[in-house]
Amino acid sequence: MGEEISLEHRFQAYVDADNKVEPKDWMPEKYRKTMIRQISQHAHSEVVGMLPEANWITRAPSLRSKLILLAKVQDEGGHGLYLYSAAETLGISREELLDDLLAGRAKYSSIFNYPTLSWADMGAVGWLVDGAAIANQVMLCRTSYGPYARAMVRICKEESFHQRQGYEIMMHLAAGTPDQKAMAQDALNRWWWPSLMMFGPPDDQSPNTAQSMAWRIKRKTNDELRQEFVDKTVPQVEFLGLQVPDSDLKWNEARGHYDFGPIDWEEFFQVVGGNGPCNKERLAARQKAHDDGMWVREAALAHAKKRAAASAASNDLKTSAA
Amino acid sequence: MKWATCDLADYALRKADDTLVLGQRLSEWCGHGPVLEQDIALTNVALDLIGQARGYYQMAAAWRADGSTEDDLAYRRDAHLFGNHLLVELPNGHWGDTLARQFFFDAYNFFLLEQLSKSPVEEISALAQKAYKEVSYHAQFSAEWIIRLGDGTDESHAKIQQSVNRLWAYTGELFEDTDLDRKLDGAVPLPSTLRADWLQKMREVFALATLELPDPNAYMQKGGLHGRHTEHLGYILAEMQYLPRAYPDAKW
Amino acid sequence: MSQSPDAWPLWEVFVRSKNGLAHKHSGSLHAPDAETALKSARDVYTRRSEGVSIWVIPSSAVVASSPDEREPLFAPSDDKPYRHPTFYDIPDEVGHM
Repeated sequence: MGEEISLEHRFQAYVDADNKVEPKDWMPEKYRKTMIRQISQHAHSEVVGMLPEANWITRAPSLRSKLILLAKVQDEGGHGLYLYSAAETLGISREELLDDLLAGRAKYSSIFNYPTLSWADMGAVGWLVDGAAIANQVMLCRTSYGPYARAMVRICKEESFHQRQGYEIMMHLAAGTPDQKAMAQDALNRWWWPSLMMFGPPDDQSPNTAQSMAWRIKRKTNDELRQEFVDKTVPQVEFLGLQVPDSDLKWNEARGHYDFGPIDWEEFFQVVGGNGPCNKERLAARQKAHDDGMWVREAALAHAKKRAAASAASNDLKTSAA
Repeated sequence: MKWATCDLADYALRKADDTLVLGQRLSEWCGHGPVLEQDIALTNVALDLIGQARGYYQMAAAWRADGSTEDDLAYRRDAHLFGNHLLVELPNGHWGDTLARQFFFDAYNFFLLEQLSKSPVEEISALAQKAYKEVSYHAQFSAEWIIRLGDGTDESHAKIQQSVNRLWAYTGELFEDTDLDRKLDGAVPLPSTLRADWLQKMREVFALATLELPDPNAYMQKGGLHGRHTEHLGYILAEMQYLPRAYPDAKW
Repeated sequence: MSQSPDAWPLWEVFVRSKNGLAHKHSGSLHAPDAETALKSARDVYTRRSEGVSIWVIPSSAVVASSPDEREPLFAPSDDKPYRHPTFYDIPDEVGHM
């Protein structure tokens, strides 16, 4: 017991000095669990997050935009994969992680439980949702767990085009026909608040923040990140000639930040709790892909085993011939 | 040039339609694959095909010289003007159906591009040389899946054999010689000349997959090259073309 | 690791970004066999022309040193400063060496 405590002290001193934790290093069990929870939530978010955007691939209005969207959604899949890999270094398999997702035990970012209703949503999601995600991810590039930090560096590099392509869609729409501009405003109206919710509950209601900050898993609080996002995004909205759907929004000279209206946390907790507009559809889609793919995965494995057996047999033959 | 540009444009359009419609079909899989790694792999194939389609449409637009763009050609023509083969418009079905369709098309596309990359028409050979590299990979990918599913479990063997049997009737059209091909003699290969290599490839892969090759002389479905399609194409286009059709004045 | 025998095995992926550089660990992936692992590595880890050569290695085949041995393994080399060029004082007049 005493030894455990001194190990924890050493661990704390180690991360305090901005050192990285690697898979086989000793770590408090709670750190391991927190990392698994956070990385797998992040991975699930990438993979579930493919769905609302994939919804528009077949309806992209030009060949160029179809290619870009397809590549982007594919990237999200890749990011999910990098993150599952990082989680697997902590001694849990992807299978177990997927089981947790499909059984509803694991969470993913609640933003992906909102529907994508128009092409402008591809713009708003790329610009706002990816923008909010990037703010979080840039911070996570310096997170204390090495494999997670490395996955984030790769992801951030690739994500940089995502937000730009989203904003480009918004620019085309905002400068387009009145119908297109209305489409853009409608998307902004629907995605603005859920995007602010993406940073998580306010600091005084976020049970994990203090510990995550202490372990240098997180480097900034939810509210800090949210404020940075608002400050950065409002001028981008103005450039488009669109309106932020918040009558309380105004620049506060004294704080040097934008003040914004109250967030509807009741909605947030309802969506997290399973009552969002698309929670059931999203999980059902993942479940279907998993179930429909079962015979395919089994076949590939069976074939690999046959091949391995055949090559072992032919090696035996060679050895005995020699 | 000894070939009429309107014929070359029509030919490029057929290739564009083939690759676009198949790419569109494959893109339906994105986010729904049997395992993340294969989801990503199949999307790469879709990206390559749609990329090729853009090249062909741009080529067609240039030869038409009527001010049309790649997007006009992809998004503003109705089904009867599409010249793709019926095979590529068939629904995805399950992973085996998709990979059987893919293997049939990839092998055809591989031998076609091999010839097109030697075309004296520079635009064609340049595009074909680039696409040939991509399609070599596609053909390997789909052939490996045929082998894996054929020589996998009893269930997968039965499923993929059924996919192959069901899709077989749509392979004959790949080798149909049309007037357009004959008019472009010397610039592009006659499709019928690709058939022997294609069949040989089928035999090789099916043997490894422990699958039965359906009768090469079975009755085959036709019509796509002449604008007579299956019922599926109308729905594909309704979905794909919806935005430019609903907002005809908009630019995206 | 609690991976069931019915799951596709895990592979470690190493990518050489260009000739002249060593292969570097990129991450891992699941594949039924080595050929598929190689192809998936190409699809997953070189989507932006990151590589000219790929290695895949079954994760189960990696033998790693244990952090508990970090001291005995790596500490002894800490007190051998004479292996480093800065250990030696050479007058500036001698020029670059």
